[in-house]
Amino acid sequence: MCSMIDSDIPIINSKLLREKIQQNSIRIVDVRREQEYQQSHITNAVNLPLAKLLADDSSESIQKIAQDLGISDETPAVIYDDTFGALSSRVVWALQYIGHKDVKLLDVTFSQWKDLGYEISTEVPEIETAIHSVKINPEIMATAEYLEKVKENKNVVIIDNRERLNYLEQHIPGAINIPYRTLASDGKILRTKEGMKTLLKNRGISEDAEIITYCGSVGTLSGLAYYALKSIGVPNVKLYVHSFKEWKSLEKPIDKQENANYWDLSAE
Amino acid sequence: MAQQLRPSKPADKQSKIDWSRKQEAENFAETVKLFRQGKIDPDMFRRFRLQHGAYGTRMTDDYAMVRIKVPAGQVYPNQLEKIAQLSEMYSIGSAHFSTRENIQLHWVILEDVSEIMQSLSDVGMTSREACGNTVRNVMCSPMSGVCKDEIFDTTPYALAIARFMLRNPICQGLPRKFKFNFTCCEKHGMIRIVDVGLLPQIQEIDGEKRKGFKIFLGGGLGNRSFVGHQLEDFTPVEDLLYTSMAVIRIFDRMGDRKNLSRNRMRYLVNDLGWEKFQNLVLKERAVVKATQSVIVKLNIDDSVNEIQRPISVNDESASVPDGYARWEKTNVEKQSQSGFNSVFIGLEAGDITANQLRSVAEIIRDYSAEGFARNGFSQNIVIRYVHDDDLKSMYSRLLETGLAKTGSLTMASAVGCSGTTSCNLALTNSHRLAKEVQRKFLELNYDDDDDLKDSTVKISGCPNSCGQHQIATIGFYGGGGRHGTDMFPNYTMSLGGKFDEDAMLGHHTARVPVKRIIPVILKIIELFKENKQSDDTLAKWIDRVVSGNESSKITCVDDIKKAIAPLIVPPNIEDEPDFYMDYGSDTNYHTVTGKGECAA
Ligand code: HEM
Ligand code: SF4
Repeated sequence: MCSMIDSDIPIINSKLLREKIQQNSIRIVDVRREQEYQQSHITNAVNLPLAKLLADDSSESIQKIAQDLGISDETPAVIYDDTFGALSSRVVWALQYIGHKDVKLLDVTFSQWKDLGYEISTEVPEIETAIHSVKINPEIMATAEYLEKVKENKNVVIIDNRERLNYLEQHIPGAINIPYRTLASDGKILRTKEGMKTLLKNRGISEDAEIITYCGSVGTLSGLAYYALKSIGVPNVKLYVHSFKEWKSLEKPIDKQENANYWDLSAE
Repeated sequence: MAQQLRPSKPADKQSKIDWSRKQEAENFAETVKLFRQGKIDPDMFRRFRLQHGAYGTRMTDDYAMVRIKVPAGQVYPNQLEKIAQLSEMYSIGSAHFSTRENIQLHWVILEDVSEIMQSLSDVGMTSREACGNTVRNVMCSPMSGVCKDEIFDTTPYALAIARFMLRNPICQGLPRKFKFNFTCCEKHGMIRIVDVGLLPQIQEIDGEKRKGFKIFLGGGLGNRSFVGHQLEDFTPVEDLLYTSMAVIRIFDRMGDRKNLSRNRMRYLVNDLGWEKFQNLVLKERAVVKATQSVIVKLNIDDSVNEIQRPISVNDESASVPDGYARWEKTNVEKQSQSGFNSVFIGLEAGDITANQLRSVAEIIRDYSAEGFARNGFSQNIVIRYVHDDDLKSMYSRLLETGLAKTGSLTMASAVGCSGTTSCNLALTNSHRLAKEVQRKFLELNYDDDDDLKDSTVKISGCPNSCGQHQIATIGFYGGGGRHGTDMFPNYTMSLGGKFDEDAMLGHHTARVPVKRIIPVILKIIELFKENKQSDDTLAKWIDRVVSGNESSKITCVDDIKKAIAPLIVPPNIEDEPDFYMDYGSDTNYHTVTGKGECAA
């Protein structure tokens, strides 16, 4: 199905998904909590609470999750959430990491889907387990050691997707801040392609650079950034999946904006 | 104003005036790029940046503060929602309401400013000429049009002046910034502390009523502050534009372009002497009038605001929410239109989260019969035309989003400039201090105390007075103090400032270490309570003390000094390490400042 448009771009338009819903060959995965899923979900979707994946994100565990959801190597999968696309991005990335070739991020959240008036249901589809292989895709992942090794390279750009105040307080030296909120547009989890290109252009980030994204702890916000970059076809993007939490715990170097009390400007 | 009470939710009102120019965003982005590539001289770039409403930020060239102009303070729900979104995308998730009716976004990456400008133009807003040597945001009292003491509504004139001046070639390279304030009455506007302040007047000549103004020139706050002078008895509205142009032309021609630290128009007035300056203005006005080849007129939109009460969201059976009476007493003003109220929404030092901004937009739609809000002078928001019957339900809605802080119209709502949160020139964290003072006052229920109602606390982080400390009943500006070799934040306190018809700048009274400011304010209130007369207020009492007209135990400022002296003695650093740290900081205080842009 997804080969219909930009097969390299792992994002699917909600209208297109709507047309495909009735095809039983697609696996739609809702990554909200079970309770929310049970109240209603996109017709034919199955449930994978993100917490389940995060509890153990080894490749064997991801493989088992895929199999339990009935996702074989060949099953086209579409993932959505209701958290501005950050949770679903993380799941799309995990499946791509174990080598799944046909998984896409839905370009709207569940709320936006409902606002569009598209089909929802409370019915839980039956799942037939499937067989999925593991063919790790190492080039989409960055580890702390890798990041530390390449961060001075001229062609490497590190992007921090946390909110501005967290970034000001501490960040990986040399990282550029693009808060995850910057990535959305009205009614969609991502910017328009032109909007995304303008953002990079203004910030002086080359689309040919090797770009590594990170966020606070588990690679959700930076997962969204990963796909924002993929949406305009940036070839070389890596997710530092264990992100700043790990970086800090490893006592790696940290930069901070000194001599300013910016936190006191927040009304939170 | 005709009031039709149709019970339906009116269509979303939007600004009739589009202040933006789309191409300015792209131009800004290009210029930033050239600057980063070293192809533009830094000084030239700075002037360009300020012209477009982007200030520098403390200790860094990477960030800017974007000051969004809100002419006459009129702000619409769709604009607030847009700013909410922009604050999350490009700023810190909060926005800031300033003392001059601007809305500011802080810690914006310079390269993102153009995206903000682009988005602002979708809702008709601009940051153009919000900083730099330009005509800054034209202010108008938030009560204009609803004030019980006003002679006529000056809002259309404020908007017309703002429109005439924005992008006008004569305003692009003034010696220094230039400020207009319009008001409804003396009490609600700050007309004597700006370059041009305007108070509405009606004059009757041969039985015919003419609209006009009392115009005050050459006031202003700063390192040296001055109170404005009245130009003439009465300036008819037809002369508003000519007078404004005359003043700006004189300032442009004669203002000091060399000595940037004393070149606001008030210095020119002071150097020439008022009478000479006054004559120059009157002559220049005659010249301006005589030499206009076509009649230049202000574009006054005098059409009546449509007042349409939204569907009453009021649920008669609902119980009165807790704290309602106190909130109504300290945040709500009755309007001249019977049955309607202006609700002042209190913020802490002007800060508001993105989600709160969205709530305010919804609340305006649901409760304001005029369909928009006004920015206040004290880092606050005013929602007007709220019907008597809707106040309780509106209070409940405000409570839900943490916007029902009491004391907006009282001394409890302390004003604080940006200070070390973002300003390059700051010596202290005046912003946080204002929040601390407010929290303490509310904890002590001072907002509910009628004796304190007409007093104000205003705080600046350095002598530049962006926090307007000189016109506060109790004002402070930040500096550094030293005990032995240890430094601590030390504020200069001034007492008895006023901005009404007896405008007066506060008297410097004492230097107060930051961690003693709250105890010192409490001590002054205690002295007042001990010595006050039966129907006294703190402001009146302080006024008598500073002018030497008080006959109780406290007769003059020196008596206050003596009373607070024991409180302000620095302890040894080992005994009280906290004394040597500013609010919001866990290390010992030292002063750090960067390059200021006040004069740029
Ligand atoms: C980077 C430095 C500065 C920053 C960030 C800054 C910021 C501000 C802010 C946030 C306000 C509130 C009102 C508004 O929207 O206009 C303000 C007002 C004001 N600023 Fe500044 N300012 C700076 C430098 C200065 C300097 C150096 C001076 C004086 C020499 C100055 C004089 C004033 C005055 C007098 C007001 C206020 C009130 C009025 O005229 O109504 N500022 N400034
Ligand atoms: S008063 Fe001083 S510290 Fe405060 S904003 Fe103005 S220049 Fe900055």
